[in-house]
Amino acid sequence: MTNTEQQRIGIDVGGTNTDAVLIDGDGAVLNSIKTATTLDPLDGIREALRGVLEGQDASLISRAMLGTTHPANAIIQRQGLDKVGVLRLALPSSTAVNVGAAWPQDIRDVVLGPTAIIEGGHEYTGAEIAPLDEDAVRRLASEAVAAGCKAIAVSGAFSPASPEHELRSAELIRDEVGDAINVSLSHQVGALGLLERENATILNASLLTVSHAVVYGFQTALADHSLDVQSYLTQNDGTLMTAEHAAKNPVLTLASGPTNSMRGACALAGVNDAVVVDVGGTSADAGILVDGFPRESTAAVEVGGVRTNFRMPDLISIGLGGGTIVRDESSGLRIGPDSVGYAVSTEALCVGGGTLTLSDISLAAGRLDGFGDTALVAGLDADLVARSTGWVDEQISILADRMKSSREAVPLLAVGGGAHLVPNALDGISEVVRPPHHGVANAYGACISEASGSVDKVYSYDIDGREECIEDARAAAIALAVESGADPADTRITSVSEIPMTYVPGGGCRVVVKAVGPLQ
Amino acid sequence: MTITQLSADDIESIAVGATLLGTGGGGDPYIAKLVARQALEKHGPVDVITAADLPPDARVLTIAIIGAPTVILEKIPAGTEFTTAVKALGDYLGEPPVAIMPIEVGGLNTLLPIATAAEMGLPVLNADGMRRAFPQIEMTVFTLGGIPAGPMSVADEKGNLCVFETTSNQMAETLARTAVIQLGLANAISCYPMTAGQIAEHAIADSITYCRDVGRMLEEVQRNEDGAWERFLSETGSHRFFEGKIVDLDRRTTDGFAKSTLLLEDLHGSDQVMRIEVQNENLIAYVDDVPTITTPNLICLLDHETYEPLTTESIAYGNRCHVIGMPCAPEWQRDGVMELVGPSAFGYDVDYVEMPS
Repeated sequence: MTNTEQQRIGIDVGGTNTDAVLIDGDGAVLNSIKTATTLDPLDGIREALRGVLEGQDASLISRAMLGTTHPANAIIQRQGLDKVGVLRLALPSSTAVNVGAAWPQDIRDVVLGPTAIIEGGHEYTGAEIAPLDEDAVRRLASEAVAAGCKAIAVSGAFSPASPEHELRSAELIRDEVGDAINVSLSHQVGALGLLERENATILNASLLTVSHAVVYGFQTALADHSLDVQSYLTQNDGTLMTAEHAAKNPVLTLASGPTNSMRGACALAGVNDAVVVDVGGTSADAGILVDGFPRESTAAVEVGGVRTNFRMPDLISIGLGGGTIVRDESSGLRIGPDSVGYAVSTEALCVGGGTLTLSDISLAAGRLDGFGDTALVAGLDADLVARSTGWVDEQISILADRMKSSREAVPLLAVGGGAHLVPNALDGISEVVRPPHHGVANAYGACISEASGSVDKVYSYDIDGREECIEDARAAAIALAVESGADPADTRITSVSEIPMTYVPGGGCRVVVKAVGPLQ
Repeated sequence: MTITQLSADDIESIAVGATLLGTGGGGDPYIAKLVARQALEKHGPVDVITAADLPPDARVLTIAIIGAPTVILEKIPAGTEFTTAVKALGDYLGEPPVAIMPIEVGGLNTLLPIATAAEMGLPVLNADGMRRAFPQIEMTVFTLGGIPAGPMSVADEKGNLCVFETTSNQMAETLARTAVIQLGLANAISCYPMTAGQIAEHAIADSITYCRDVGRMLEEVQRNEDGAWERFLSETGSHRFFEGKIVDLDRRTTDGFAKSTLLLEDLHGSDQVMRIEVQNENLIAYVDDVPTITTPNLICLLDHETYEPLTTESIAYGNRCHVIGMPCAPEWQRDGVMELVGPSAFGYDVDYVEMPS
């Protein structure tokens, strides 16, 4: 195989832009394009695909990757969501907290159909809490269909360790109502923590129509260009799912945007460990990559006001961007947090507008070129410019330091339309890198993603021995990664965490392992 | 007689206070918050009374969840296990309770008694035995007062139930832990049955409202209100000992406890480091190897920017935080306290350090 083959296309659908990039087997960018995100995002995907393929030999392309905000937007806007019937297998436990407790009323009204907490689920030991109430499963299935639900979400206590009752429920639902309804099972969606996993499973079920449309649209667009390729979607952790798998698990793609952007920037800069600062018109977001993957947040993540147990990239956002408004008042300098945002291209002083923004400061300070007219900011007080850049430098310095995990100096990657605001030298930063093609870092990040497998399981160290338990989890994670398409020869373990279980006898320990490898 | 009522609206502040008083452990109060909210929405507000509101011989029973926090995340309470445990102990004593009391105001066990009181239509008694979180049943001011933990009851949600008589509070801990391992590790326990007179003499008074008020003050700090931080520190008698960044986090499990060591570097660039020893809860904080805050005083970590109280489970490398020392409830200052909950009780060869006044 030569590197001119095995070409890949990456497409990223963001809130504002839909980008596409074509790379060769070595990761070199062959072509890229930025288009506007359209009302129906599939129009934008077709447009970006057409642009990036212009003058290229489509027969050399073997894979296409899509990162998209479709499902996230559906939840945020409460649009296109299906009504979902909900089964919780846990009775007689768990009745003290209802299904959908703590959900915002508006999304509850749209999404929640008939719900039932029924007998079933397992103990931490693997024993049944109660035998599955099969009649109750059938009843709920019929009720859900009658109520116009398009899907049923099934969540059982300890199903990540003991999925039997969830799998049996899916069979019973099929048997009762046939293919009239989709089924989402919690052990396929989330990790330990019944309420958060149940929430994620319900959201997943409500997104199935949206995700099927996206996947179908993506594959149709590829076929329209006679591309006979494997298609994938990127997931929250920066790895890939096959498009077919993504159609069934859309909730796993919700946070892929920032992940792709950070991973793309790092790959373009050729580094594995770095702080990434993405400066836009209104805000600057910082994250950190450790060994090529974003550090994950420890806090519970809310999606559209619903608490889930997904790990999302740990990001900090501050009000500092190219459009941030600068005011020199008698009480002192006041910068932001308000911004003219995307209107910076018409509102800033340097383009003939009437608002002093940080872009004007950057231009006057000689940090920005290719935007605005220097003559229009020539009259700015030199002291004001110096104080403003001093403020910007301090803010970015604090932001970078907040993300770093040790005192050791690391590179900082400056990306985004406002990246000119990042100074060339900062304390605690080994170098400031402005990677090439960083405007399409998201699409590039999607393109270079790998396949993964992860395991989240409770072991008993006293019975089986710590080394053996961890080895078992590692082997299981690698097997799952290979099943998702990773090359066994190059699959590696990217994280192992052990969470001791207080008060659980036998040295109980929750072990979470992830394996990642390049596509075969 | 009723001094105040708790409604669903108070639950959020109590949960914030409970996380703080959990002093790094105590179990995440999130599920307990949902349980309490659902119970109060269903049954209406709960009356909060003090021991002095009751005749001295009035029977009061406690309720708590016992098990493993990680199991409780999967096996959510039914609610019936709590009422079953309370009723069983009342039956055993031949005397139903007139009020429900928490034993641990700190972490997950703060809010559950409020839900149980709502469900049973009883008032909740504004007192407890710790006003912080500790890992074992005998670690209460009741033990210092010579109050036995037994007879006590342990129940699950299926109707399994044990009532124990015990010869010591340490034995009570051992028996209860053994029972819950068989009962699914997410169970209800009612222990330390007391009269209102015993409570007036031995318990920590006003701990539920203290928890709510501390939570409210911290919420004011989080909203960045003028002078809120200073008010929070002075009202609780707390001091900020360190502003640091987590640079090392060593987690291990020994004898069923989640033990860990946190290492923080000074945020302001000095060479000072703080080390915190953790066994479920934060127990000893050293500045440059000098013990600075010790159990039973509270060592609490707050996020440097948001002032959210941090639990050991949620801490990660790079977290920036304030470390505050908070004096424990004055009711702890009794004979025997150091043997029960001082540094040596947890195996540290460290002398107790007084909080600065």
